[in-house]
Amino acid sequence: MDIKLNILRYNPETDRKGHWEEYLLNADPDERILDLLHKVKWFDDGSLAFRRSCAHGVCGSDAMLVNGENMLACQVLVKEVSNPIKIEPIRGLPVIKDLVVNMDSFFDSYKKVMPYLVNEEEPGERERLQSPEDRDRFEDTTKCILCAACTTSCPVFWTADTYVGPAAIVNAHRFVFDSRDNASKQRLEILKDVNGAFRCRTAFNCTTACPRGIQVTKAIEDVKRETLTIN
Amino acid sequence: MKIIRHSFDGVIVGAGGAGLRAAIEAAPHMKLAVITKLYPTRSHTGAAQGGMSAALANVEEDNWNWHAFDTVKGSDYLADQPAVDILCKEAIESVVELEHWGLPFSRLENGKIAQRRFGGHTIKEGEAPAFRACYAADRTGHMILQTLYQKCVSMGVTFFDEFQVLDIKIDDGVCKGVVAYEIATGDIHIFEARAVTFATGGFGKIYKVSSNAHSLTGDGPGMLYQKGIPLEDMEFYQFHPTGIYRLGILLSEAARGEGGILRNKDGERFMERYAPSIKDLAPRDMVSRAIATEISEGNGAGPNNDFVYLDLTHLGAETIKQKLPDITDFVRTYVKIEPIDEPIPVQPTAHYAMGGIPTDVDARVLSDAQGSILPGVYAAGESACVSVHGANRLGTNSLLDIVVFGKRAGQSMVDYVSSTKPFTLSDNAAEDLKNKVTSFIEKDHDPNFSVPKIREELQDSMEENAKIFRTDETLTHQTKILSDLRDRYSKVTISDKGKVFNTELLEAIELEYLLDMSDTTVASAQARKESRGAHSRVDHVERDDKNWLKHSFAFKNGDSVKLQYKDVELGNYEPKERIY
Repeated sequence: MDIKLNILRYNPETDRKGHWEEYLLNADPDERILDLLHKVKWFDDGSLAFRRSCAHGVCGSDAMLVNGENMLACQVLVKEVSNPIKIEPIRGLPVIKDLVVNMDSFFDSYKKVMPYLVNEEEPGERERLQSPEDRDRFEDTTKCILCAACTTSCPVFWTADTYVGPAAIVNAHRFVFDSRDNASKQRLEILKDVNGAFRCRTAFNCTTACPRGIQVTKAIEDVKRETLTIN
Repeated sequence: MKIIRHSFDGVIVGAGGAGLRAAIEAAPHMKLAVITKLYPTRSHTGAAQGGMSAALANVEEDNWNWHAFDTVKGSDYLADQPAVDILCKEAIESVVELEHWGLPFSRLENGKIAQRRFGGHTIKEGEAPAFRACYAADRTGHMILQTLYQKCVSMGVTFFDEFQVLDIKIDDGVCKGVVAYEIATGDIHIFEARAVTFATGGFGKIYKVSSNAHSLTGDGPGMLYQKGIPLEDMEFYQFHPTGIYRLGILLSEAARGEGGILRNKDGERFMERYAPSIKDLAPRDMVSRAIATEISEGNGAGPNNDFVYLDLTHLGAETIKQKLPDITDFVRTYVKIEPIDEPIPVQPTAHYAMGGIPTDVDARVLSDAQGSILPGVYAAGESACVSVHGANRLGTNSLLDIVVFGKRAGQSMVDYVSSTKPFTLSDNAAEDLKNKVTSFIEKDHDPNFSVPKIREELQDSMEENAKIFRTDETLTHQTKILSDLRDRYSKVTISDKGKVFNTELLEAIELEYLLDMSDTTVASAQARKESRGAHSRVDHVERDDKNWLKHSFAFKNGDSVKLQYKDVELGNYEPKERIY
């Protein structure tokens, strides 16, 4: 089928601001949006910049706006979106070139919430025990691939980039509700801050955007509730 | 372009499981940098699914010797047995350590780590399939990658994200550091370092249908090969039996571990004919060959008879949801069928390089087939060849390999750095890379010599001539094609002349590594006149232990490949006929 692809292009070495470019392509309806970008890059304009690696939705490289919604370009097929297809970089982070944004502040927020297990007790020679029920409490948030689709779909984040954002809270949730972790209190103190979980206005954009199907807004609500249990 | 200098004791190239595990070991003892062309969490370790084997005996009686036996038998007796013993013995503490660092394994009712069955893993040396693979649903690799990265964050490890290492400096046979290209700026960075570990992953992009990420282009092995370091056992490339039809996306062996069945167009469970005792849980080389045979005999399904079915419909919705959530989501996303109700079209997909940079059991890189050590250079994970996988890797042993030998690489870096003194690397260390980049930027673009065209022909031809079944004829033909592609590569041009995120430039440089990987694969495959593990020669169908119980070492010799051989280190298990 014939596809009209509109990409918001920006090259800092030649452009003062972004501009739309139109590409006419022939594509199979079962192809991924990422395949279209590769067609442009490989057979039309080699300078088109975008990140990608695994091409099947597990590495989190290619979050972008497709027809106005955040998604992974490798996880959506041509037949699932309306034609013409409009592609832009994710919002709220500085654009480096074309569809590539600077992820520094995103990863800084992630690192702020102590995204690692804290447990100083001697664990012994074998694994710590954890019941399947305890394991299930944080199952959903272990799936995060740090693609930033949630954070950059959040209207609060667009206007206040000091907000740690949904992805960081999801990663805090993953440890706060892990029965093996001992640092929940410290993490929740961080999330009680003015730039923490209470900035969330439950717009649910993050839940819709998550390519891993994580119930992001619910996780944020869980964390908010949990902060009320600490003194 | 700017030249920027850094001084470290040690550098790790690649931030997948092996690189991160090495970093955790080395970082407390030296000034260390981890350099990755991606962000660490984008590494392909994250795509591994089914599990990581260790004889924890959480479900049933097990011991690491049985794991070692299975690994050696699975390798078709090409693995070095002392290395396999280390892998299987240290597996147990490695899994426990990951759990202590927070890895969210799936759990049994009693709270212990859950274990499942996997291809080629048995109890009592072949008696029955073993529950040995420790798992976290079907995203075990994702959890390992996340856990190791989280540990690195907690330790404050220094990362250079989206820096691509493109040159290693070896003077008088001693490692001096690496040179990297900063993707966001086009600047060149010199990293002085006397210990360098390569953990750059595989090179599945030499084939058209592959489970591998676009980034898996053999950078580490390619860089070393171009400096005269040999590559070991390159003819042994694993095709995973169950890639999604045409796309090659991996559907874990865990699907069969949980009871999934392969069927041909008539619905027949054909593995019963090929591996009567363990059937669908036979090792990957055998299952992939069985599928290819079914297809070539006209038993494939679909209008072109070119795929078979992976049938999960009898497992029930609950098992699928609990144990195989991700892979069944891939099927829904990309094939638009419901795997609870319908069988899935699959075909073998290029998956894993058993071969790579030769190392000893301490991850020290070997510079020849006699076992000479290249001081200061280490390799681990898929980019390395210890060899613990021999001619065919068992499922789950790759996740094990990255943590066991990643850790050993880190320890070796510490030993080396503590016994040597720092030095200065001169500014002209950047010259080679600077010249390479400049020549691409200055050469006018000619669309007839573009990277994608050459790469596509490379992948198509490797798929056609050097995949599961090989003959002298197909390999001779492929050698000619590769020689022609190499000629055209010497004239390759790019259109993007910019400094910022010039990924066209990087794809051009990576294409040379892909050609190196293909040359060594084909040359090693052509020389090995026997069939062993993943290397199946239609014109030499038998395994030949008398002449070929040895590892291939492929050296760069101008534009051709020169081969040497090194005897396999045997141990407890004498080579026997491999029947399942």
